[in-house]
Amino acid sequence: MQFLKLILRNALRHRLRTALTVLGLVVAILSFGLLQTVVGAWYAGAEGAAPTRLVTRNAVSLVFSMPLSYRDQIRAVDGVRTVSYATWFAGIYQDPKNFFPQFAIEPRTYFAMYPEYLVAPQEFAAFLRDRKGAVIGRKLAGTHHLKVGDALPLRGTIFPGTWEFTVRAIYDGVDTKTDTSQMFFHWEYLNETVKKRSRSHADQVGVYLVDVTDVDRTAEVSHTIDTLFKNSLAETLTETERAFQIGFVKQTEALVVAIRIVSYVVIVIILAVMANTMAMTARERLGEYATLKALGFSPVYIAALILGESVAIAAIGAAIGIALTFPVSDWFAAQVGTLFPVFKVSGETVVLQILCALGVGVIAAAVPGRRAAMVKIAEGLRAIR
Amino acid sequence: MDGAAAPLPLIDIRNVAKSYRRGGQIVPVLTDITLEVYAGDFLGLMGPSGSGKSTLLNLIAGIDKPDAGDLFFDGVDITRLSETELADWRAGTVGFIFQFYNLIPVLTAFENVELPLTLTRLTRRERREHVEAALALVGLSDRMPHYPSELSGGQQQRVAIARAIITDPRLIVADEPTGDLDRHSAEEVLTLMDRLNTDLGKTIVMVTHDRRAADQAHAIMYLDKGELSTAADVHERSLR
Repeated sequence: MQFLKLILRNALRHRLRTALTVLGLVVAILSFGLLQTVVGAWYAGAEGAAPTRLVTRNAVSLVFSMPLSYRDQIRAVDGVRTVSYATWFAGIYQDPKNFFPQFAIEPRTYFAMYPEYLVAPQEFAAFLRDRKGAVIGRKLAGTHHLKVGDALPLRGTIFPGTWEFTVRAIYDGVDTKTDTSQMFFHWEYLNETVKKRSRSHADQVGVYLVDVTDVDRTAEVSHTIDTLFKNSLAETLTETERAFQIGFVKQTEALVVAIRIVSYVVIVIILAVMANTMAMTARERLGEYATLKALGFSPVYIAALILGESVAIAAIGAAIGIALTFPVSDWFAAQVGTLFPVFKVSGETVVLQILCALGVGVIAAAVPGRRAAMVKIAEGLRAIR
Repeated sequence: MDGAAAPLPLIDIRNVAKSYRRGGQIVPVLTDITLEVYAGDFLGLMGPSGSGKSTLLNLIAGIDKPDAGDLFFDGVDITRLSETELADWRAGTVGFIFQFYNLIPVLTAFENVELPLTLTRLTRRERREHVEAALALVGLSDRMPHYPSELSGGQQQRVAIARAIITDPRLIVADEPTGDLDRHSAEEVLTLMDRLNTDLGKTIVMVTHDRRAADQAHAIMYLDKGELSTAADVHERSLR
């Protein structure tokens, strides 16, 4: 009890110094948490990928499409349960900065394949009835204050012109990791409009989404599909949905690595600040430590006093920093809108924050703690004079 | 012959030497010191600055080790004890009184006195009883919740004395206990130390520059240039 009391009172002895150190820790732990959450948001798509889902795209590039006729051939491959398809639309809603993903889809198979998107049955039925209808995610609806029945006009970029949609359904995610910032509409609506403008560009899809019966057969099914279209005009590349998503992340991997490094640099900086604080503290109290040793307290007790104080300061900073991470990340997510479809502080990030704070507390106390523990009593007592 | 055995000294220092390394040079501080202190003695150690008084006191208190010689306490050669054994020995055997009191500033008078007892197996209630008795002995019962910064120098030294006696040690070492006090406070502290010696039978070894403080002791030894001598020796040398 006396030991804990001594640690606590020592930690509060120089209130300004402790407050500034805690402030530094709060900023560092908060920054670390936010940067790790940004990294996590980058990988959110890959994290949400189902292991049985494959994506088949044009082998040359994602910007090239594939004929709709591939659908039936893929469906016939042994091990395939369902095939759906989607085309990236890339329309602008009011202003280019209002970016959100838009996909023209085959609704029945698509939503059957993505049970993580929860749509009310009556809304989904209304969407199916309206060829110009759209299903949007809850986050997207919240960002642009859209509700069922609202008009949603998009200015096409890949597919020029103004496209009129009506919000017929709003989907929710099965959990907080589900992306609810997307818009889906009927591929048939896109195709019939394209057909009117240029027949040669009609009946094309961006990607095929393939649901496999057995997760152990994904490699085999992928190989079969790609073999099927070998030496055709549109050769295919089939990979798991996770690999497909990671492929996107890899395009910006250098940035992700940089963010990750910066997050740890912040921790190293606060470690230096904390180590300096503890070194000053221990040096000032050398006489007290010598007195305690003279009274019979062991070197381990002295080292534990310094370690305890350092960890206590780090724990206070970490507790405040972690507590602030949640509201600040919510605020940040609101500021960036749908740029990050999923921006949630994960349990893993909190554990990393705790471990980093604990590491800072322990490492910062290592050298001063050892020095104080090893101080010769006679020399330490002379420091008081 | 009456057959009664002569009492053994509580502290028996034989041919002790100690030197320090300063700037690559070895500076001898104590050379061939031999001294006996008996239980219940009140010994004053005097001498000019740098004469080795505090060094000798540190050796007696087991917070430093000699380069040569033996130092027996109640028959135990404390120079041969390990650091851990020595820490345990100090906790149970020696009470310390320092010139600058050396109280822990973040602990109250009560908590400072209680500190050495946290190394014992006493219960919280027993510790409280002991601390209250010790603070009553030094006349500070009403100052228990006060922090050192809220006490005068004399009061702080009395708290330090209470801390020194709280474990009921056989030996009390005092390094310039009145060196930082005004005359009135110094007299209070010296009176208290005299009571510890006469009423409680504590053996006291005190280093001091203060002649009045030294007069409180039963015997005075002088240290000069690392050598120990009695008052008679000093008088004889001064006549020569």
